[in-house]
This record gives sequence, structure tokens and C-alpha cells, in this order.
Amino acid sequence: MTIVKHELRQGWKNLVIWTGAIGFFMVVCILLFPQMKTQAADMSEAFASMGAFTAAFGMDRLNFGTLIGFYGVECGNVVGIGGGLFAAMIGITALSKEERDHTGEFLLTHPIRRSRVLTEKLTALLLQVLVLNALVFLLSLASMVVIGEDIPWREVGLQHLAFLFMQLELVCVCFGISAFLRRSSVGIGLGLAIGAYFANLLANLSQDLEALKYLTPYGYTEAAEIVTEQCLDTEKIAIGLGFALIGVAAAYIKYTKKDIH
Amino acid sequence: MDAIRTENLTKNYGKFRGITNLNLTVPQGAFFGFIGPNGAGKSTTIRTLLGLLRPTSGQAQVLGFSVTRNREDILRWTGYLPSEAVFYPGMRVREVLKLSADLRKRDCAKEAKTLCERLRLDESRRVEELSFGNRKKLGIVCALQHDPELLILDEPTSGLDPLMQREFFEILKERNAQGTTVFLSTHVLSEIQRSCTQAAILREGRIIACDSVENLGKTNARRVTLQGRFEEAGLSGIRDLTRRDSSASFLYSGEMKALLTRLAQGSVQDLTISEPDLEEVFLHYYSEGGEGK
Repeated sequence: MTIVKHELRQGWKNLVIWTGAIGFFMVVCILLFPQMKTQAADMSEAFASMGAFTAAFGMDRLNFGTLIGFYGVECGNVVGIGGGLFAAMIGITALSKEERDHTGEFLLTHPIRRSRVLTEKLTALLLQVLVLNALVFLLSLASMVVIGEDIPWREVGLQHLAFLFMQLELVCVCFGISAFLRRSSVGIGLGLAIGAYFANLLANLSQDLEALKYLTPYGYTEAAEIVTEQCLDTEKIAIGLGFALIGVAAAYIKYTKKDIH
Repeated sequence: MDAIRTENLTKNYGKFRGITNLNLTVPQGAFFGFIGPNGAGKSTTIRTLLGLLRPTSGQAQVLGFSVTRNREDILRWTGYLPSEAVFYPGMRVREVLKLSADLRKRDCAKEAKTLCERLRLDESRRVEELSFGNRKKLGIVCALQHDPELLILDEPTSGLDPLMQREFFEILKERNAQGTTVFLSTHVLSEIQRSCTQAAILREGRIIACDSVENLGKTNARRVTLQGRFEEAGLSGIRDLTRRDSSASFLYSGEMKALLTRLAQGSVQDLTISEPDLEEVFLHYYSEGGEGK
């Protein structure tokens, strides 16, 4: 577990900053809800007149006057984008940073199997994603208690579970890509996360692009569907976990035979 | 058993040459020098021996273990100092040493402390605050603290001041006397001459000479330095001729009788004929076509 501890020690500041930023915006959003609730009728009317924009964010199927409706759109975007960027960033740099910073020579001239290095690095990544999501979830619940609203446990729980799966998929896919890279690669990871997010928006806008929902991890984080169906789309999640497994397998196949420069 | 043995070891980077059909044997307990100009393939050889690079063809064994199949066994008993030691930012020296020891599942605290004291390395300093020389010292302690059977050192003294260089070589000689094999890659020929018993010379990815340092230094050529008038035209075997005012200096590998006849024909006031120093011999190897003596 030496590398797990080392990776967590190296990444803790990053984790604190991202958790703090996402948590802060979540808390602010939830604290704004009581004020928003009083203007719910006006807001619903305003959103109804926004056409495609309303559909893209699933606002046509959610009631902004309820906590879960408001939470699904506003807070969902905060965790969706923030968490996705965090997962992509730590995944894409996990292996490539060793060659970029020339620390791979130090690490890989110790008597550890490369497969062990991969397993421990992946464990550290998954732990960081779990910690971020757990803390953000707890902050959300605490904020709901503060504003005196009943907590919609099932809907909030399912939504956060979907975000966790989404981030796990992104971190694993980016981990796989990271094994092929040698230089700074944050842009690739962030581009992938943002691209996946916009792919889902496009799929919401057009029936012809519905298939994109099966490719992007944001396809199964749609609050409107989770709230109305009261369950997760297991088919899309299974496909997502398939991509995650491919990413991890690619990392093991490539990195165990890779020349380290 | 040899500490290092390679058979036709080849490593190419796509179209680019790394090393070609390298046959190298380093006996256990040797203090072995590995020399060659920049880009000759010294670091490629070392990285292949340590399993960082996969050979394109050929075989290599380190301490009896295959570099492709038993990488971890090799690294367990080997200490490696890279030419540019880089460590994780934000860590202190003692944390880097602890990490290195933990990765080896060893407690090296006592040896690390002794080495840090000898090399005057402050264990409380942060890695990013260290000068190039101090980073090198940290790399040296990481390479030595687990008491390896084989030490592979790539340009170990760059950045170290002369006092530290002396201390470092003292440590290496002590370890070598205790049975540790030292494989030293360097540009500094005086280090080879002073410390190594055997050496191999690498040029353009191939070994062009491998022998005891004493034998490598032997040559038929002589350094001739004279004061006065001398006409070299028509005399074969003259290289590296330099003239300044009324003096001349050159390496001569032709017939001595012909040289003496020519010198007698000129007006030479002073003459010295001596063996060239090791550096001159190695420069001869480095230069194009310098495979013979």
C-alpha cells in the first residue's frame, strides 16, 4: 500500500480544493432554494419559454418549485461538471505525470511489479473519487437540513450514485488513456469530460442523437429521468462500466510493457 | 556468475539507433567503467538493464536474472543513480528516503542517516529547495541505503563539488571492497583511471573496446613535444599536430627511426617523447575510425 499512501499524500491538496469548490457551490445552490421556491411559478414560466435550452437541461420534465426538481438541475450540474472534470483530470495524469515529471525513473527502478504500481495507483484514484463524492453528498444533506426541507432520500441518493458511477467511468477511461501518454495531458482529460457533458446536452436536444446517451457517462446522470423513473438506468450504467473496464485493461496491457523514457 | 552479461543486446527507438549487438560482461565485484561520447548509447544500455526499456533483440542478464522476465529481482539487489535525479515535489529528503526504503520493504534508516552525514545532506530540506548537487546526493543515498549487490551509476559526479566527489568515491571503494559490483558510466576519464579496474568504450551504440583500464591505456603512439624547427611533410603516423611559435606537439605512431632521422635534419633545441595520457587514448577511440590503437 506504499504507492496508495504516496499518491494520496501527493493528491490531497488537489482533492481538498476540488471538494471544497464543488461543496461550496452545492451549499450555495441549496441555500438559495427557499428564495427560489417563492418565485417558482415565474421561473417555470420563464424556463418554458426557453425552448431547446429547457429540454437540453431536462427542465421541461422537472418542477423547479420542488427541492428535488431544483436540486436535479442546479446542483446536478455542479457535481456533474465539477466531479467529471476532477475525475478526468486525476485519471489522465495518474500515469503520464511520472514520465512528464521524470519521476517514473525513480518509481520504476524499485522492485515493484508494474501491475502492482497500476493497481495501487488505480486504488488511490478510486479512493479520491469516493471521498469527494461522500463529502459532497454529506454537505448536500446538511444544507437541506439547514433550509428546513424534507430530504428526498431516494431521489438524492440515486442521483449521487449516478454521479459516482459517471466519475468512476471517466477516471477509469482516462487512466487507460494516461498509459499511452508521455507529456502533460490535462487538456485531453478535461476535453473528454466536457465533450461527454455536451454530448448529453445534444442528445437531449435531438431524437436523432439519442444514441449518444449510451456513449457518454452523463447519459445516466439525467436528473429528470432518475426523478421520474425512481431508479437508475442500469443498461447505460452497464455500458459505462464496460468502458471503464476497457480503460483499466488498456492501462494494464500498455503500461506493463511500455518503455519509460 | 557475472554481475552483468549481455548477448547481442539491441535497442532501437523506431528508426533511431540506441544500442546495437552489445556484448558486455561485467564480473561480480568489478569496478567497471562505461565510457563514450554523448549519444553513444550509455543511458540506453543502463535503462535496458534496469527494465525501463524493453530490448528490441538480444538478451541481458543482471545478477543472473533476465531483464525481461525477472525485473523485480534485479531491482531488489541493485542500486541505481540516474544522471538527473528527479524526486516528487513537496517531499522532504527524509520522506523521499523513507519512500524509497518502503518501496523496497526495508528499514534503511540507520544506513541513510550515516550516508547523509558523510555527504552532508540535510534530511529536513524540501526536494524543490535542493541544488542540483544536493539532489544528486539524495540520489546517491537512495541508491546506496539498501546495501545493494550491484551499483549502476550514470554520470554520478556531475554537480558534486571536489570534496564531495572524493567522499563519494571513498564510499564506492569501501562498498566495492565489501563485494559490491560498481558499474560507472561517465564522461570523466580521470574517474575511470583513478577508480576502475576494467572499462568498456561505447561509440555509436557499439562497444569498440573492453579490457582492463591498464590495457586500454596502452598504445604504440607517443606524444612528441619539441622546441625548434621541424618539417613534418612526408612523415606518416602524425596526428593531433599543434604548432605555437617555435614549438610543436603531435601524436606519433609511425616508425621511430624515420622520426629521429627527420628530427636530426631540422634544428631542434629541446625534445620530449612520452606516452600519451589516458584521455588522449580515449579521445582516439571516440574519434571516427579510432578503433585500433
